[in-house]
Amino acid sequence: MTKTTNILLAGVGGQGVLLASEVLSKTALREDYDVKKSEVHGMAQRGGSVVSNVRFGKKVYSPLIAEGEADIILAFEQLEALRWVKYLRPGGIIVTSTQRIDPLPVAVGEIDYPDDVLERLEKMEYDVVSIDALELAREAGNQKAINIVLIGCLSNYIKLSVDGLRQVIQESVPEKTVDINLRAFEAGRTHENILTLN
Amino acid sequence: MIDKQLLSGNEAVARGAYEAGVRVATAYPGTPSTEILENIVKYKDDIYCEWSPNEKVAMEVAIGSSFGGVRSLVAMKHVGLNVAADPFMTLSYTGVKGGLVIVTADDPGMHSSQNEQDNRHYARFAKVPMVEPADSQEAKDFVGKALDISEEFDTPVILRTTTRISHAKTVTELGEREEKSVPEGFVRDPGKFVMVPDNARKRHPVIEERLKELAEFAEKTELNRIEWEEKEIGIITSGVAYNYAREVFPEASILKLGLTYPLPEKKIKDFAAEVSKLYIIEELDPFLEEQIRAMGIEVTGKDKLPITFELNTKIVRDSLLGNNSDILEKEEENESDELPYRTPALCPGCPHRGVFYTLNKLGVAVTGDIGCYALGVVPPLSAMDSLVCMGASIGNAFGLELALGDKIKGDVVGVIGDSTFMHSGITGLIDIVYNKGASTIIILDNRITAMTGHQQNPVTGKTLMGEETEIIDLAKISEAVGVKRVLTVDPYNLDQTKKVIQEELDSDEISVIIARRACALLKYVERKPPLHVDSEKCKNCGFCLEIGCPALVQGDGQSRIDDYLCTGCGVCVEVCPFDAIEKDGGIDD
Ligand SMILES: Cc1ncc(C[n+]2csc(CCOP(=O)(O)OP(=O)(O)O)c2C)c(N)n1
Repeated sequence: MTKTTNILLAGVGGQGVLLASEVLSKTALREDYDVKKSEVHGMAQRGGSVVSNVRFGKKVYSPLIAEGEADIILAFEQLEALRWVKYLRPGGIIVTSTQRIDPLPVAVGEIDYPDDVLERLEKMEYDVVSIDALELAREAGNQKAINIVLIGCLSNYIKLSVDGLRQVIQESVPEKTVDINLRAFEAGRTHENILTLN
Repeated sequence: MIDKQLLSGNEAVARGAYEAGVRVATAYPGTPSTEILENIVKYKDDIYCEWSPNEKVAMEVAIGSSFGGVRSLVAMKHVGLNVAADPFMTLSYTGVKGGLVIVTADDPGMHSSQNEQDNRHYARFAKVPMVEPADSQEAKDFVGKALDISEEFDTPVILRTTTRISHAKTVTELGEREEKSVPEGFVRDPGKFVMVPDNARKRHPVIEERLKELAEFAEKTELNRIEWEEKEIGIITSGVAYNYAREVFPEASILKLGLTYPLPEKKIKDFAAEVSKLYIIEELDPFLEEQIRAMGIEVTGKDKLPITFELNTKIVRDSLLGNNSDILEKEEENESDELPYRTPALCPGCPHRGVFYTLNKLGVAVTGDIGCYALGVVPPLSAMDSLVCMGASIGNAFGLELALGDKIKGDVVGVIGDSTFMHSGITGLIDIVYNKGASTIIILDNRITAMTGHQQNPVTGKTLMGEETEIIDLAKISEAVGVKRVLTVDPYNLDQTKKVIQEELDSDEISVIIARRACALLKYVERKPPLHVDSEKCKNCGFCLEIGCPALVQGDGQSRIDDYLCTGCGVCVEVCPFDAIEKDGGIDD
């Protein structure tokens, strides 16, 4: 456990990025890692890109992941995956939701949303897992659970215990949505497009 | 068992205040400082806490409590200290009775701010000590240390954080509250508390003496520590920059300053003498560097490191060790730079939208202000022409009219939010009434301080501690200062909004228009079912896209509504000339 694990979560304001990073970092703390998590609140959340840095290991100094240093990017929206991919280290993993949220200039027809985001990601030298988290969250009972679907999917590629994650999710979501969120977690975890890592 | 938790710097400051026996805590919200008071309220049985109308008042309340003899804390964002600078500068002269800590949360990189001023200069300016934590554990512990220093040296103490301290969560060990007794009564001390010139003249030399004593303290305190490693490279650093320095230079010796004003000159000189090369790693201004250079020490600092924006490990590494990243990385960088930028925008259902759409259509000059509604500047609304600081819209509107007279008559509107009006809009309004102006001012009254995450304010009827209170009436205040034309509109009603604004622009008197509708994100505001576009009726004219709603998307030859985002507010229905936007199952009321 000497090497620090760096997970960069990227999405759009309102998608629940911050709760997801909270779940990851709390679980890491319980497993006795030193943990730092950093994100920006405020203006950045009015429909802007939202990024959260989660780092855990023996001793963590910087609260920020530097470019080229992330082990995993967990993207809540395709374009955000592409936007932050430069933060990934060589051989890193991208877990991305296929959801598409148009930035305002796209919505008003000023510029186009690139229609080849996933292809561009797949062409890069990284392992890419794409998952329709919005659909899976709706199936689980609430579209807001996309963050937990994604954590479920991510759980296949990180060394945090699955039970630990489940436990923290239970404690972190509103009581009446626990079942939905646990279903969402399983849906993400058992999603078919699973990479085999060696 | 030790209670270890993952706390943000702001949560840690709140906890630190609790543990150190603080009894009064005040603030006006402002990113990245807001969560300090939002967390202190958890301890409301032990700590009185409030949202003050602005930072100056917050400071003055905390000063009063300190004079009364109890430990007090006041928190604000960096620019908040400009507002509170007047009481603050003289507070340095009076000193304290109960310990007083002033938290300033700076925002390098301007994630949510109008400038990135470096508030460390305030410590030097006011001649008061300053501590700077490097993580949440220190943020918590330094509150208590700052209060101890405050009481020992009879001085207010600045605790300065930055965004990456305030909003980063790091592991923190909790302690217990140490209760401090409340004095039997107020102890009069006019020579110290009443700063008439005669008294102030006596106090100034005391302040200079205090600074010398603090500099001696700086030499001994454990707040300033040396981590000896190899002596090839030595680094002097503080705050979040310490973390970047440690990560990039695991083998360097580091003098980590926790007390960054006044500086320990001897300790710095001794450290510098031991190492071959000395780096100063600090964010923003060369605050440490200039003082250390003035000690006659040669250093590498801002000649290599940037003076603007935040640092991170990459910047520190590239600046001090040279960049060796390969070309491939650069290409990827370019690729992501050309992606559609995700501009923040007014939320779907935001009541401000209708006003800015109307102002855009009227083509008037709009002096703006600070709040969510600053996003009225974003295309396609593009309806804001100035934004300086909180409250500025009103004075700016009047000044613009004075400058251009008839050439701009009836073509200027000042817009200001409800919280911002309470913060510093009222005096501007008084100025226009008093000096016989005829401006049109719109108060964007969404019943909350939205930008910073929904804090209560004097118009909401609730206090920070959750109590019901007087609702301060915007219309009555405007009338009371002498505005005769005070009107209220519903910004979801575009026809009414436009008609009233036009009438008031045409009038020769000052008017205040209150555009009232609660923020769409407030819990009590009901979210209506999403609307949809009837593809039979949509002629793709694009009118609906002009309201700049994130839920309205240019589809294939037609507009489309994203049902994930739409709140059913219906403003788009009003602008569609073909009645093509409907509720699910058709229009009904
Ligand atoms: C001096 C100062 N204090 C605090 C802030 C932070 N701040 C920016 S906007 C805002 C509140 C705006 O609230 P309101 O005027 O009600 O507008 P809304 O965001 O609700 O539209 C605050 C507190 C600031 N920019 N400057």
